[in-house]
Amino acid sequence: MSVAASPAFVRLPVWRARFVLFALVAAFGVLAGRAVYLQAVNTDFLQMKGASRFSRVLEVPATRGRILDRNGEAVAISTPVKSIWAIPEDVQASPAQVKSLATLLNVDPAELEKKFSDKTRDFVYLKRQIPPEQAERIAELGLPGIYSQREYRRYYPGGDGMAHVIGFTGVGDEGQEGIELAFQSSLAGKAGSRRVIKDRRGSIVEDLESIRAAQDGKDLTLSVDGKIQNIAFGALKSAVEFHKAKAGAIVVLDVRSGEVLALANMPSYNPNNRGKLTGAQLRNRVMTDIFEPGSTLKPFTVALAVDEGRVRPDTMIQTAPGKLTIANHTISDAHASGLLSVAQVIQKSSNVGAAKIALGLPKEDMWDLFKRVGFGAQPALGFPGEAQGKVRDWKTWRPIEQATMSYGHGISVSLIQLARAYSIFARDGELAPLTLVRSDMPVAGRRVISVETARALREMLEMAVQPGGTAPRARVMGYRVAGKTGTAHKLENGGYAAHKYISSFVGFAPVSDPRLVIAVMIDEPSNGQYYGGAVSAPVFSQVMQGALRSLGVPPDAPMQPVEVPGEGDEIKEGT
Amino acid sequence: MAKLSLALLAVLVACALGLVTSQHKARKLFSELEREQERARNLDIEYGQLQLEASTWGLHSRVEKIATNSLAMRASDPRRVRLVQPAGAPK
Repeated sequence: MSVAASPAFVRLPVWRARFVLFALVAAFGVLAGRAVYLQAVNTDFLQMKGASRFSRVLEVPATRGRILDRNGEAVAISTPVKSIWAIPEDVQASPAQVKSLATLLNVDPAELEKKFSDKTRDFVYLKRQIPPEQAERIAELGLPGIYSQREYRRYYPGGDGMAHVIGFTGVGDEGQEGIELAFQSSLAGKAGSRRVIKDRRGSIVEDLESIRAAQDGKDLTLSVDGKIQNIAFGALKSAVEFHKAKAGAIVVLDVRSGEVLALANMPSYNPNNRGKLTGAQLRNRVMTDIFEPGSTLKPFTVALAVDEGRVRPDTMIQTAPGKLTIANHTISDAHASGLLSVAQVIQKSSNVGAAKIALGLPKEDMWDLFKRVGFGAQPALGFPGEAQGKVRDWKTWRPIEQATMSYGHGISVSLIQLARAYSIFARDGELAPLTLVRSDMPVAGRRVISVETARALREMLEMAVQPGGTAPRARVMGYRVAGKTGTAHKLENGGYAAHKYISSFVGFAPVSDPRLVIAVMIDEPSNGQYYGGAVSAPVFSQVMQGALRSLGVPPDAPMQPVEVPGEGDEIKEGT
Repeated sequence: MAKLSLALLAVLVACALGLVTSQHKARKLFSELEREQERARNLDIEYGQLQLEASTWGLHSRVEKIATNSLAMRASDPRRVRLVQPAGAPK
């Protein structure tokens, strides 16, 4: 039975069915269109909006590398600390709570109240950089409106003794002085970031991608030996205080590897507490200050003369009457001597003798030697602010200048340059390149003078610390030491100051197989004594004794107590 | 035909449930990893602090002060030190 055939059914017009079909298709069309719009046209925007609701980009902090001394002892470490801050408007605290907060923060309660009452500001630090445990106890108080924030702080357990070597970092963890500045790029880490999905409670549920991996800073092992550094700083400090000096500096070099084992300056500062710093405290005199070295330069002139075969250690030179006049300028000795051998010129530190030797040398050769031992050029340790010193072009030298330069006037060097230059005597004629990073390897040097000359000079310099020399107080029991004193008038306002001196001593030991070069400089000793042999040589002796023992260097001399010479026993030098 | 469809439907449902559970497991494991990493970071920080403490306590100047003052120790007189060559060392 067909529907159409039945008269009970009214046949509907065909257009109605078509209309319904059309409506349905159109609705599907709209849906499809919308889907295309969302999925294809507008997809980026929607994806972004979606992602911003659950995915987060997190900063991955990197820590700054540690600085270690050569024995692996940490001398600079970054550790997280908390800074406590508040939104004054949100703070609700009873006076008792404020009081307990003040006790925890170690600040005055009245000051806290003042900070909280200033409602105009919406961010105020209560205290920066406190230990995390302390911050936790503050969090336990549960005060509204008080928050903490994580920061890194650098600690220097070595304190003032190491301050000048290491330097310090500023607020942004950027190196500002010393090693911290010199090795900033390798010490500083690179913070990374990553994208994660966080759930409703804020915990991370999925790692989407690592945008940039965090790179922690590299640790740096210094050549400095904490033990020797401590001995050096202690000895320097007591000498500067005893002699009421303005400043002082000391540097200890390992002859074989060219490593700086210790470097200290006075006055110093505590890098952990840099509230009131003066420029004088910050100055790394070893590296950045130049001075006229005085007699410590005599061995170089003599070395050149011996190397060129112009004199032999036993060549006699007439230094009587202790004065030498060149073009209206008079050079004089502190103690007039008569006929001296070249070795005795060094031993007794005769200016006249040194000047006479110098005048027999070509200016160009002298200038060349100064350049070859590293004067007038930065010592290239990579340390910020290394001084290069002053050595004038030989073409402009007048004879009097050539003569005074032989005993260290009219030429300026830094203490580290001076110490390094002495490595040519300690290393059989080779100049060692220096480093502040631990290497532990013998380093190849550059030949400056012959082996024979270096050995001859070693003998002369050993005589200078024997009785009858200028620095018997530099002797060390059990070891043969060699060295040279310097006592130079300070330059002031373009002339030499009458009663202001720089006393220095540079030497090395043991003479039979040198291991260490130590240079000491005391600026303006004003407690009566000012000769290098009386002021700086004892510091040298003390540090050398301690350092050799700490390194376990076998003695090369019979164990005889070093008699401390009485006044007048030692020869005083004029420069 | 209908049987095959039903079978496929069952497989599909099973796969979907499997996906959900593995996703859940992955998230759980991940949060565990996060926790462990956080612990590692904290231990690292603690290590740094302990190192700092060790350096501070072991400061040469402090050791020296204690040795001389409270323990009344002093460096031996060099004359009373005898150096011995280790056996087999080149002379």
